Amino acid sequence: MIRYALGRLTSLVISLFVASIVIFGVIEVIPGDPAAFMLGVNARPDTIAALRAEMGLDQSVVTRYFDWVTGLLRGDFGQSWTYKTPVAELINDRIWVSLPLAIYALILSTLIAFPAGIYAASRRGGPGDVTIMGATQLGVAIPNFWFAMILVLIFAINLRWFSAGGFPGWSDPLQAIKSLTLPAIALALPQAAILARVMRSSLLDMLGEDFIRTARAKGLSRRQALWRHAVRNALIPVLTIIGLQFSFLLAGGIIIEQVFFLPGLGRLIFQSISARDLIVVESVVMLLVFTVIIVNFAVDLAYAAVDPRLRAKT
Amino acid sequence: MSRNLIIGALLSLFFLALAALSFVWTPNDIEALDIPNKLQGPGGANLLGTDHFGRDILSMIMMGARTSIAVALVAVGIGMALGIPLGLLAAARHGSLLDELIMRGNDLVFAFPSLVIAILITAVFGASAVNAIIAIGIFNIPVFARLTRGAALPLWERDFILAARVCGKSAARISAEHILPNITNLMIVQGTIQFSLGILAEAALSYIGLGAQPPTASWGRMLADAQTLVSIAPHTALVPGFAILLMVLGLNLLGDGLRDWLDPRIRVARV
Repeated sequence: MIRYALGRLTSLVISLFVASIVIFGVIEVIPGDPAAFMLGVNARPDTIAALRAEMGLDQSVVTRYFDWVTGLLRGDFGQSWTYKTPVAELINDRIWVSLPLAIYALILSTLIAFPAGIYAASRRGGPGDVTIMGATQLGVAIPNFWFAMILVLIFAINLRWFSAGGFPGWSDPLQAIKSLTLPAIALALPQAAILARVMRSSLLDMLGEDFIRTARAKGLSRRQALWRHAVRNALIPVLTIIGLQFSFLLAGGIIIEQVFFLPGLGRLIFQSISARDLIVVESVVMLLVFTVIIVNFAVDLAYAAVDPRLRAKT
Repeated sequence: MSRNLIIGALLSLFFLALAALSFVWTPNDIEALDIPNKLQGPGGANLLGTDHFGRDILSMIMMGARTSIAVALVAVGIGMALGIPLGLLAAARHGSLLDELIMRGNDLVFAFPSLVIAILITAVFGASAVNAIIAIGIFNIPVFARLTRGAALPLWERDFILAARVCGKSAARISAEHILPNITNLMIVQGTIQFSLGILAEAALSYIGLGAQPPTASWGRMLADAQTLVSIAPHTALVPGFAILLMVLGLNLLGDGLRDWLDPRIRVARV
């Protein structure tokens, strides 16, 4: 297990290193002069010079890269040119919308998918299975931002159960959770559809295994064999998908935040893109990619903890 | 042929036909504004109603189908053109440093969700349909590379490959002449699925303004325009949404149907 973990850790560090070079390269090297790019064609030369000095553009690319990375490691994400505040503060204000939204959606998606997948597998070919599988086909095909608009139309505009958008802050946790509910449902549904399909097919694979037949031969009912043996083993592939989904939920949240006017990382990115504030875009993108890589690393480890065969292989 | 295959093929063909028809005929000109006639409901002179500029929604759906299909198709093409050779190469050099490099490179691209790639590209190059194609296309490369490698590896163990090697064929020739034909079905099925994901991705990118720019019609942009109108003119949001839903549903059913029809044994990773 320790050797496996060390191996994964090495590839984690390499991935983070390469990802940081790619992001730095796209944002700071490809535009030529990032300062001139950020300020646009009408900028005065002295303004450009000031920004160049502030961004440290007079130094070599290598020095700038190392300054940026060591800054990130210390939690210093640089200074936003448009907001005139540290990027870390901007992120800190908004991550408490984006992260809870992704986690909320992940919980909802799991809560919907597990029972649906297990039920469909246990009633294979029956009307319940067919209905659930039909529903997942629709769930996979629905654009989540459109589904979000439909939710707003029904539950905010017509029924007035929820507000159509905005975020009241965490001072009243109940209101905060309520305002994240429609966005979380919109995010969760397509993912739940995928997860339910994976759960069902993984469970069906398990139900065909010898150890299930043995369990049945020992006198366990179908239901007992399913719950005691099949579900536990079927969870292994499902776990990977959940890990992958977290990154989709975090990135997908960027779009859903637009529908509900939530002040999260997504809005920060779009405002920064239109203001050409590359410093903010660079750090937020790095943060997103960093999170995805870390989560995948954690999933790999969890996977190995659950399935001893994997540890032996490496 | 299964029911899935028939329904999926009919839905997909319907939208392809709409897009093709838009090159020669649309009910109205989508660049002609007719403000007095704005936000008309469906069923009147305009079959699917009009938007906030009085433009005919059916015509915009037809033009939007063209954008969606073009973007998704080219993105799948990029993914196949680069991903399949990379996967074949990795399989042919299985266990080598090259194989390891290709697979780790794939993992790295997967760490950038396509939306994040799109954000990086548009932050520097600006928003356009071409940049949307590149963003979706880059994300497709590791999908095809991984699938190709996974399907090619067991083939390399087979006797007919051994026979080809004994004949003195190079790894490149074996990959092209013997491996590739045996994985074509799998690629077609995955291509259909990536095509449907591409339609969804294009709609999402256009919705947030990172995709096709005005005056190019796009389903995602129609939804963005409809967002503030949804309470007074729900059809402006419902029609493009259903267009996306039906097109994606059709392609998914087609993919499933093709998979069962072409070869019941193959399994496609649907993530």
